[in-house]
Amino acid sequence: MVIDTSGIAAAVEGGALVGLAAGGLYLTTGRIAGVSGIFGDLLTRTPALWRVAFIAGLVLAGLAARLAGARVPASLGTGGALLVIAGLLVGFGTRLGNGCTSGHGVCGLARLSRRSLVAVVVFMLSAMVTVFVARHGLGGTP
Amino acid sequence: MRPVLSAVFALGFGLMFGFGLILSGMTDPANVKGFLDVAGAWRPALAFVMGAAVLVALPIFQWTRRRGKALTTDTLEAPPQTIDAPLLIGAAIFGIGWGLSGICPGPAIVWLGLSPAAIVPFLLAVIAGALLARLFQRDQAPASRN
Repeated sequence: MVIDTSGIAAAVEGGALVGLAAGGLYLTTGRIAGVSGIFGDLLTRTPALWRVAFIAGLVLAGLAARLAGARVPASLGTGGALLVIAGLLVGFGTRLGNGCTSGHGVCGLARLSRRSLVAVVVFMLSAMVTVFVARHGLGGTP
Repeated sequence: MRPVLSAVFALGFGLMFGFGLILSGMTDPANVKGFLDVAGAWRPALAFVMGAAVLVALPIFQWTRRRGKALTTDTLEAPPQTIDAPLLIGAAIFGIGWGLSGICPGPAIVWLGLSPAAIVPFLLAVIAGALLARLFQRDQAPASRN
């Protein structure tokens, strides 16, 4: 598996695979492949078997890529307090807004959900403004 | 046997979803930040991830909905359609966390396989954040569920 982190071709291929997986899960199980929701439900009640299996599949994909020697990113690039703060915001926001990039972004748009379209526009804009402020907004050039 | 069959499908499609994320570049936070940084040296490639994913998923979702049932069950998950304050505030807050780290939940779980030690603090914080949101919601009017 070759990972071209700047390549549009890889983005299209990987995206198509993601879409096929999300569609496949819906067709076979009737479930929405929203990772924040599935992950959240794992921790809050007796988890349904399919949720455990889907999360296991995601983890195994990462493990397989690493073991196969695929070119994977060496580091997260964020650590310490900033990583924890970001995680808190992601956990809080996805729970309150009932979804993330997969649930709203892929499945919601594929379901032609107006609610998900609104969520996608809001979190995209919010993330872009955040990166702008972090990188350019305060006069710094990190 | 239905739950077991569902789980087999979920495992397979979870694997496929994860491989797709890795192949697409979504598991590299630097890549994600490069996409979000529209004022910098913008790298638009990741827009094609969601674009391609939706294009492929759309006909499958629409066909399944027309069918009215899934292969292993007669019910299709149907999230609420209301556009309310929790949706807008939640999405905005998620966007801030995503922008700060370049990590959203799917790639974060894949990172458990790529490098568990690096991602565990993030995932623990995600869990804490979700629990806080649950407490917050308990104080509010009954919130919509996905």
